[in-house]
Amino acid sequence: MMLASTANDIFWMSRYVERAESLARILGAARRMSAIPQVLGDETNEWESALSAAGQRQAFGEADAPASEKSVFDWLAFNDKNPSSITSCLRQARFNARAVRPALTTETWEAINTAWLELKRFSGSSGRARDYNQFLQWVLDVSLKVNGSAFRNQLRNDRYWFSRIGVYIERADNTARILDVKYHVLLPEHSSVGGSLDYYQWSAILRSVSALTAYHWVYRQSFKPWLIADLLVLKEEMPRSLASCYQNIATYLDELALAYGRQGPAQRAARNTHARLRNARTEDLFQHGLHEFLEEFIAENNKLGMTIAEQYNLV
Amino acid sequence: MGTTSFDEMNGHDGDCRQAYAELQAWLEETPKELLEQRRVEAEALFRRIGITFAVYGAENAEERLIPFDLVPRVLTAGEWKRLFDGLVQRVQAINALIVDLYGDAEILKAGLIPEEMIYANPAFRPEMVGIDIPQAVPVVIAGIDIVRTGPDEFFVLEDNARTPSGVSYMLDNREVSHLLFPDLIARHRIRPVESYADELLAVLESLAPRNARDKPTIAVLTPGSFNSAFYEHSFLADKLGVELVEGRDLFVRDDELFMRTTEGPKRVDVLYRRVDDDFLDPLTFRPDSMLGVPGLFSCYRSGSLTLANAVGTGIADDKAIYSYMPDIVRFYTGEDPILGNVPTWRCREPAALSHVLENLADLVVKEVHGSGGYGMLVGPAASKKERATFAAKLKADPDNFIAQPTLALSTCPTFVDGGIAPRHVDLRPFVLTGADGTRIVPGGLTRVALREGSLVVNSSQGGGTKDTWVLED
Amino acid sequence: MHLILRHETSYAYDAPARSVIQLLRLTPRPHEGQHIRRWRIEVDRDATLRPHEDCFGNLVHAFGAEGSFQTLTIAVEGEVQTEDTNGVLRGTIERLPLGLYLRQTDLTTPDEAICAFAMEVTKAKTTLDGLHALTVAIHERLRFDTQATDATTTAQRAFAEGHGVCQDFAHIFIAAARSLKIPARYVGGYMRHADGTEDYEAGHGWAEAHVPDLGWVAFDPANAACANDAYLRVACGLDYLDASPVRGVRTGGLGETLDVRISMREAGAQQ
Repeated sequence: MMLASTANDIFWMSRYVERAESLARILGAARRMSAIPQVLGDETNEWESALSAAGQRQAFGEADAPASEKSVFDWLAFNDKNPSSITSCLRQARFNARAVRPALTTETWEAINTAWLELKRFSGSSGRARDYNQFLQWVLDVSLKVNGSAFRNQLRNDRYWFSRIGVYIERADNTARILDVKYHVLLPEHSSVGGSLDYYQWSAILRSVSALTAYHWVYRQSFKPWLIADLLVLKEEMPRSLASCYQNIATYLDELALAYGRQGPAQRAARNTHARLRNARTEDLFQHGLHEFLEEFIAENNKLGMTIAEQYNLV
Repeated sequence: MGTTSFDEMNGHDGDCRQAYAELQAWLEETPKELLEQRRVEAEALFRRIGITFAVYGAENAEERLIPFDLVPRVLTAGEWKRLFDGLVQRVQAINALIVDLYGDAEILKAGLIPEEMIYANPAFRPEMVGIDIPQAVPVVIAGIDIVRTGPDEFFVLEDNARTPSGVSYMLDNREVSHLLFPDLIARHRIRPVESYADELLAVLESLAPRNARDKPTIAVLTPGSFNSAFYEHSFLADKLGVELVEGRDLFVRDDELFMRTTEGPKRVDVLYRRVDDDFLDPLTFRPDSMLGVPGLFSCYRSGSLTLANAVGTGIADDKAIYSYMPDIVRFYTGEDPILGNVPTWRCREPAALSHVLENLADLVVKEVHGSGGYGMLVGPAASKKERATFAAKLKADPDNFIAQPTLALSTCPTFVDGGIAPRHVDLRPFVLTGADGTRIVPGGLTRVALREGSLVVNSSQGGGTKDTWVLED
Repeated sequence: MHLILRHETSYAYDAPARSVIQLLRLTPRPHEGQHIRRWRIEVDRDATLRPHEDCFGNLVHAFGAEGSFQTLTIAVEGEVQTEDTNGVLRGTIERLPLGLYLRQTDLTTPDEAICAFAMEVTKAKTTLDGLHALTVAIHERLRFDTQATDATTTAQRAFAEGHGVCQDFAHIFIAAARSLKIPARYVGGYMRHADGTEDYEAGHGWAEAHVPDLGWVAFDPANAACANDAYLRVACGLDYLDASPVRGVRTGGLGETLDVRISMREAGAQQ
């Protein structure tokens, strides 16, 4: 048993930290991509892709500046007026955390509070000498500390479960978006041989979900676009894959159901999605259309968030 | 002024008092650079754990730190014994006063306090008249502000029976002392304050409604995370192991209070509320309040809910009522007060008013309903012009003011500007009353005026805090 | 006078209300000159109505309903026998000390204009004569206007602007009386017009002041008279807020519209 508003704050705190981390990964991958030699004939703007992956292309468009490293970093990383920037996410996470401070372990609270205090170092107009890499690494560290402290010290009860559900719903959303932005380079007919550009594109996708090394360990062969899709959608052993996210979501929802002695639509929906991901084969993804599949998944994942909120009185 | 004050380490004559001997030796052997380093560490600790408070009206001050002074204040077992007895007596009298005022009002019939001072006072809540107060304990948590002027001279400066705050600093200061000066602590036998949360929980449980289940459900009600004392609210909920709730987490059904949980409604039996009377229930008090719970007061009236503190206890905080406190103690306990009052002129009385106006330069003048050091005049520190302005306010509305002599508040050694210097202090012990009597953890919050010569210790006016050590016998 | 009253309060919501909680001060108590023959509250929803008495001695019902509803109607219906006592009240329940009724509230706190007005009107008069004079003077000074003010209008504002409804007239009276150290309070209820009107859009509000030797006396500055047998007294308090017939909060129920219908007639009179 816990206060519904506490559950809500914990759920969103976790989502915001996870979102900040995803943004940092997307920006990191874009930086790398934008550094590849122009002679390879890249006609796509990596900074626009980054905005798309973050679901921010439209919002950025209103800011009325060409997408460049500086303008996209300003928007996605540092802009306080953009509610979905990294700094805003961390600020919002700290706001949620502060409201439920007693429900967090001291370490988790301190990790978020310290991040919030350090944020001042990076935000504002004084960041001319900003080191982008240093900032992105710092964001990943914050997320690691928040999650690690919960993993290490948090009692395994509903508070923990709601925080984990928040993390994995957010993570599933992010992975699906990253894939969807680049789905065209993963289509088998696109280029089975794969030029250098594709090679960079594929590695950028894997990088943005920290799966570059994992790919080689799992498949022990050079990049094949369908295997990349397989890894990020269907492989449960890959921690940022959709299947892995849903394995976790289903598990933690089951824990809640067990503790409360009652299950409902959230449990059913999560199990269904999880079962579908488990039973699907790589061919199915492409037969149905990868883009269509991902769009549908993103919508379903969103809906699950709302179902959970309703079932546990979070709203 | 500083020369005439009693110094708690060096007395009046400059000889170190025995209780401070170890501390003095430690201060002498510890390099100033090390103290400075500890001070920086302490500040970082407080910031990291998030002890901050908001200052009303200050821009960009959403979260500020109350300065923590490294040098602890030391009280002997004997000094504490007398404070303890005096505080218990006073708080029992305050509880009896509140119960009486909302019941038979014997004290008014006896003519001890003028009736209009109670009934015209907005802190007196007619809604409480005739209501059965659980176990006759309206003031469950009291904070009594004590000042000292000499080795044996302790006075009560203010009673806080509404929603006294600051206890989180008492506990955190001790925690930080343990972290920063384990060696110094080891050289003393200090009575612990850490049991405060257990004592508070026991007291709250003892006051649960009769129809509550075996283990009553307790919650702490906060106005929300923008409140200046939010840190303390969440800190207390945490230490008590109970839910921290806002108005939106609660609702009333059939005169019972419930909180919204992930498993549906759960009844609340005891509410430690840190929301003011006015905002508790829009159906009974201010209709525009968004912080409270509609129908909450009906729960209290019907006896399904205990409020700590009860509604309407603020009448005891009134500084005009304060001036009657020695009589109040005698009336209800039949004993002479152990702790005296600071002499107080009630400006509502014409003779007192003219005395105050003539001697404005030597007096401290306060609003009767004021708190937190706002709206007061410290005569000796004020300019001629400020005094003249204040005199006009005073003449326009004398009922609203009381005046007291400028006390030579005791000083304690304090670490300022890279050195140790005496600064004025006061003390707020926290007094808990339950069904089975009154208890106080040995210690309290020592507030220190960090500016040289200043007598204003309020955190909103730039005061700091100290750890307060009560020594074993 | 044998009065038959029906008072319906109907709410309609654009979006359904999920829960409603209200305090109803809709039940009169008997006193000399006011005999309650029958009285009841009807609600058109499954609801709880829990009675209690507040500190002013008013009968209050805590009303709660949950579910999902687009409309809600609370009706009171009753029959009361009244007699003219020239405004003098006897046999009321008094729980609070007189001194409490000297306390000003946010709605009644007077400014210098009201204090000066009170002094001027009552100069060299006995308490009772002074209060009569005050009643008439407020009636002359203010214009009755149902559009100009609302439930949150203070006595100061209504007095400065020179218009208001019965509630504003009563608040000014109370502010003035208290400024003269005369205990005074607000009264909510109903009044039947002398012309026999049967349908009303609102209840009525007036004031009571405490006169030495007489006790509480009811003055109606909106009608420049003392209350008589055309008045049905329901609740009293320091100001309108304490005596208001309905104070409530709802969740959901955006876009509320309120409809109040009051009918009051004499038994046996032609319908």
